Amino acid sequence: MKYVDEYRKKDLILSVAEKLGAISKKEIVLMEVCGGHTMAIHRFGLTSLLPHNIHLISGPGCPVCVSSQHFIDMAMAYSKIPGVIITTYGDLIRVPGSVTSLEKERAAGSDIRIIYSVLESLEIAKKNPDNNVIFLGIGFETTAPATAAAIIQAKKEKISNFFVLSAHKVMPPVMKALVEEGVKIDGFIAPGHVTAITGTAIYNELASVYGLGVVVSGFEPADIMQAVLMLVAQIESGTQKVEVQYQRVVHKEGNRIAQQILNDVFVPGNDMWRGLGNIPESGLKIKEDFSSYDAEKHFRVEIPESREPKGCICGQILRGLKTPTDCTLFAKRCIPSDPVGACMVSGEGTCATYYKYRA
Amino acid sequence: MHELISNVFIKYFTNSILDEQTDSAILKVDSSEIAFTTDSFVIDPLFFPGGNIGKLAVCGTVNDLAVSGAEPLYLSVSFIIEEGFPIKDLEVIAASLAEEANKAGVLIVTGDTKVVNKGKCDKLFINTAGIGRIRKENRSISKAVNITAGDVIIINGTIGDHGMAVMNARESFNFKTTIESDCASLNQLIAEVLEKHPVKFMRDPTRGGVATVLNELAEKTDLGIVISESDLPVNIGVKAMCEVLGFDPLHIANEGKVLIVAEEKEGMKILEVLKSNIFGKRSAVIGRVVNDHPGKVVLMNETGGRRIVDSLTGDQLPRIC
Repeated sequence: MKYVDEYRKKDLILSVAEKLGAISKKEIVLMEVCGGHTMAIHRFGLTSLLPHNIHLISGPGCPVCVSSQHFIDMAMAYSKIPGVIITTYGDLIRVPGSVTSLEKERAAGSDIRIIYSVLESLEIAKKNPDNNVIFLGIGFETTAPATAAAIIQAKKEKISNFFVLSAHKVMPPVMKALVEEGVKIDGFIAPGHVTAITGTAIYNELASVYGLGVVVSGFEPADIMQAVLMLVAQIESGTQKVEVQYQRVVHKEGNRIAQQILNDVFVPGNDMWRGLGNIPESGLKIKEDFSSYDAEKHFRVEIPESREPKGCICGQILRGLKTPTDCTLFAKRCIPSDPVGACMVSGEGTCATYYKYRA
Repeated sequence: MHELISNVFIKYFTNSILDEQTDSAILKVDSSEIAFTTDSFVIDPLFFPGGNIGKLAVCGTVNDLAVSGAEPLYLSVSFIIEEGFPIKDLEVIAASLAEEANKAGVLIVTGDTKVVNKGKCDKLFINTAGIGRIRKENRSISKAVNITAGDVIIINGTIGDHGMAVMNARESFNFKTTIESDCASLNQLIAEVLEKHPVKFMRDPTRGGVATVLNELAEKTDLGIVISESDLPVNIGVKAMCEVLGFDPLHIANEGKVLIVAEEKEGMKILEVLKSNIFGKRSAVIGRVVNDHPGKVVLMNETGGRRIVDSLTGDQLPRIC
């Protein structure tokens, strides 16, 4: 398969591993902040190909996992409002809230629909004019432009029964927060698809102020191995900077049109991250001009105080401080079919990945 | 109702036993042991590339009998129809049901029809039950006894076609693909194999896919299973859709596939028998039974790594980005 097979060639991957072995001397910790990377690293067993002094840790890169308990509880409360149809991307429905999950609410009769594109929500809204459709907007700069486009489209088509509960987030503040918190990281394997939208400038501060290496990586095994090689070369030679490995997709300036749409609809605001707390300017809030599409402005719900599940260390895992195998619930009380924490739910969650690819 | 039965169902399913229209069909089974199975079909959409609910209702039950080592003989067919369901669609479904039964060489000998109020069922549900004759030497095929390390695992072709064809028809992806369901009755293919070669175990990897069957086998035998990613036959379209959606083809449903476990030297001969049949052209040995990691299925991936393959838990959910 084109664009896939050529980046999965065993010889190519092993030759990168060999080069890596030849130049790598220091103990180096690299963090990936995209669930797609976490998944690929484990799916292809890449850690076994790295020299022992190179450590990969997973950061808060899975949109489902970082969504706060409060957000899930809000979604649940909305789903119980008569006449409301909730639309959501698939993996969110299994995330346990304080009391229940969307999957359980759906079984109990709430109208909760899995969609593959936010634009499907508009179609559902048009077909059900007597209902209110609330889309659960999660994800980083990769998925947020599509939500923004849907809101713009709704305005254009004068669709008045479509709303968004936005928990969209942006990457740079959380990467900075982790470094400031003192998590030991020498460099970031930066998210390819986020950067395809934002461009590379968002990482400049990490390199210039914090002296970290940043390499924007693709998602195939050869991509990730090459990104690690580039990072190690930077760190070994003391030339930390922002580089792009994923050149077939990422341009330095990003996708201008998507950036424009994001700026038109959203404004940065403080946002809650599971396990990380409130991070300034890390969320995307719907601008005043589009407030008639903002579910939070339109619907009032009472949310009981959110409770994080007992014993779950998702928060520390999302900060790269612990790995799933450090958790006493992992693969025992917490499994993909009956998850305790969000990291076990999403296919790109760190715990689900460790569970799936444990060998 | 009587009109519906005679105008649609009897018209397509006619045979001497059914035409008696008695409360029970009286069957001749010249064997002291019979195999008996039932399955209900609630698929959405009713029509999909490569088949429809009618064809599927025959293949599903025929294959359940065939993989148990039985020779399928008779089927019952029951319809639960939502009020207002178009008769012309019902005719198309009945016709392909009859056609598939004919191809498989089974008789539809009894049935039932219920029409329920709108909203009480989703368009059309079908239940089929099947009876087959089983020979003594094939009785233990579904029980997975006598399996030992070194046995080979064979599949009769590409995996994941049915699940992805249905998903593509159901969801609004608008993927332009040529993926078709593999929906087919495998009784003749399986009979050809059983006639000439001893088989230790057979199962059809339907819901939950190949991964789920292999995990059940590993658990039951307390032996390990190793499969090789590069040996798995997967159509390019299925592979691409799985890449996009973040699915594993090993978890996707099949409706025209059988997993066969046999001793290695028999396995190679079985492979040839399979390959000479239209439903086995892309047959392959995909793995082996081993003494290592008892109860677990391990996949050797194309880049040289290895990972555990789990059973499917719940539904596969598409990833976000």
